[in-house]
Amino acid sequence: MFDELSSRFEDAVKGLRGEAKISENNINDALKEVKRALLDADVSLSVVKEFITDVKDKAIGEEVVRGVNPGQKFIEVVNKELIKIMGNENSPLNENENSPTVILMAGLQGAGKTTATGKLGLYLKEKDKKVLLVAADIYRPAAVEQLKTLGSQYELEVFSAKEKNSKPEEIAKEALNFANENDFNSIIIDTAGRLQIDDSMMSEMVRIKEVSNPDEVLLVVDSMIGQEAADLTKSFHEKVGITGAILTKLDGDSRGGAALSIRKISGKPIKFIGVGEKIEALQPFHPERMASRILGMGDVLTLVEKA
Amino acid sequence: EETRKGFVTELLDKLGDDPLTPEALDDLETLLIRADVGIDSTDKVISSLRTKLNEEVLGAEAGIKFLKKELKLIIDKPIKSSGTDLLVPQKGKLNVWLLVGVNGVGKTTTLGKLAYLSSKSNYKTLIAAADTFRAAAVEQLKVWGDRSNVEVISNQSKNADPAAVVFDAINSAKKRNVDLLLVDTAGRLQTKNNLMDELAKIKKIIDRKVPDAIVESLLVLDASQGQNGLKQAKSFAKSADLSGAIITKLDGTSRGGVSLAVSEEVNLPIRFIGAGEGIKDLRPFNSYEFVEAMLADK
Ligand SMILES: Nc1nc2c(ncn2[C@@H]2O[C@H](COP(=O)(O)OP(=O)(O)OP(=O)(O)O)[C@@H](O)[C@H]2O)c(=O)[nH]1
Ligand SMILES: Nc1nc2c(ncn2[C@@H]2O[C@H](COP(=O)(O)OP(=O)(O)OP(=O)(O)O)[C@@H](O)[C@H]2O)c(=O)[nH]1
Ligand SMILES: [Mg+2]
Ligand SMILES: [Mg+2]
Repeated sequence: MFDELSSRFEDAVKGLRGEAKISENNINDALKEVKRALLDADVSLSVVKEFITDVKDKAIGEEVVRGVNPGQKFIEVVNKELIKIMGNENSPLNENENSPTVILMAGLQGAGKTTATGKLGLYLKEKDKKVLLVAADIYRPAAVEQLKTLGSQYELEVFSAKEKNSKPEEIAKEALNFANENDFNSIIIDTAGRLQIDDSMMSEMVRIKEVSNPDEVLLVVDSMIGQEAADLTKSFHEKVGITGAILTKLDGDSRGGAALSIRKISGKPIKFIGVGEKIEALQPFHPERMASRILGMGDVLTLVEKA
Repeated sequence: EETRKGFVTELLDKLGDDPLTPEALDDLETLLIRADVGIDSTDKVISSLRTKLNEEVLGAEAGIKFLKKELKLIIDKPIKSSGTDLLVPQKGKLNVWLLVGVNGVGKTTTLGKLAYLSSKSNYKTLIAAADTFRAAAVEQLKVWGDRSNVEVISNQSKNADPAAVVFDAINSAKKRNVDLLLVDTAGRLQTKNNLMDELAKIKKIIDRKVPDAIVESLLVLDASQGQNGLKQAKSFAKSADLSGAIITKLDGTSRGGVSLAVSEEVNLPIRFIGAGEGIKDLRPFNSYEFVEAMLADK
């Protein structure tokens, strides 16, 4: 698919050759190809449309310096804009200086929340934090055992319900008390997967947030997600309020267009990416790498140079 | 601003009874893109509508009807060519259904639902826990075994070989005259060659050990997935010799449009849909319902 995309790009960009300026007339084919590339990468349509308008405004009138072809210039504008939207540089985890830092995980079913809880736990432990993982998913079969198994691999302590019918918000509250009494300084709360249209589950999320007063609410999103990314982000942000996101399963070959949608819709940074099932497999998010991935830019740039 | 709510209704209001114009085709294109149909498949369907419009004048309602018919044709084709409209285990034989797919799509949950459906329909059912990798995968499956009243064959030791679990489960299934053996596998991204090879090995063991069994190798696809779903289908088709697909999480607002490309390009019949986390939230696939839901206001 990359090849096909690249060759279409090449054709579109050839149309720009020999022009001294990028203009409304000579840019349309190239914009169309960018639109296709973004949709192929699963960037949500509303975000694609806005992006195309922005890029068009930015690119038109750009003078083309001698030695650089207009196609190259255009790709540069697109790339820069993508990076800019995704936040230019990595955005670190919020930390609370006075009391334990609380991180709340949220997201759809199967996105990778529990795994990411383990991953963040290890990440903070390696920064010499005393970490408590909290099992507040009372619905998924064996969710607590899953977190305990992950935690046990690196001796991360896991707090789970002391009584059988505890609600997630009660578990979170007890965990916070426990953490305060035992000098934990980082608390990560794993929650059940939920659909953004499930009102009762979304209200539960709000209640968990209220009792835990988190420093971070991280939306965990599967990088293979399609057009749903926009609606998902919008709903979670409006109903719960997020501070950032984690994009998971980027060890595969998804193009990860959700990164753009999440950032554009919530204005909140993607802080980490998940690159494997093991809890060591967590990396900081880098906008410029993501931009290349979304656009298949590696290929495109080399082609543009040849054009 | 832009939500899916009422999009079709809005569109019909906007277009009224006027003949479809090129701009209206853009709106219909939007409808398909937002359902994750993907730009290539969308282009194809829209261009057949364009051809149709050259022959006759259509209003918006008729245009949407035409689209639905086209979509249904694409999805029905692999089902028709499989010769089986409704997938059920055959009595008097061992049926082995292998559930495969990328991480977190709903394999284990779907297997639990299938086990319930099967045992309730009086098929003697058995489960093989061949996900020996994910944290607490066996415990999760055992909960589903309890709920559906179906026994789970597993090997709790660390790093147990999934193929060995399947081997054991087939032996038990033969001994007990089981009708349906359901095999849960670990989630794996299609780019991981070693894990894809492991899957091929599991499939091979089943084929070799019970050559007269009826084997279904089913890809579980999450409805919220985008274009990567097609890459998954192509790759799993190779390694696991797929015979069908199951779409999960259709209780959300996701439309599962990528399954259109999966039907068309990988020729996979869709067999079931999952629409919830409960044990009864599984239905046999119905292309009419699916297409209606895909383009409906949600
Ligand atoms: N390859 C890969 N797999 C991942 C990654 N993150 C999570 N997974 C896998 O994805 C699947 C789902 O992960 P979980 O952590 O259970 O997801 P969850 O969001 O907690 O799921 P629910 O609690 O059921 O909503 C598991 O098989 C994980 O091993 C990742 O970055 N890469
Ligand atoms: N809303 C909804 N959630 C579902 C559906 N099917 C599965 N889930 C949820 O999705 C999450 C992942 O499901 P699993 O069955 O563990 O998925 P899996 O493919 O076995 O995951 P791995 O074994 O980790 O690869 C769980 O929280 C399930 O409850 C569905 O049809 N609708
Ligand atoms: Mg979980
Ligand atoms: Mg599973």
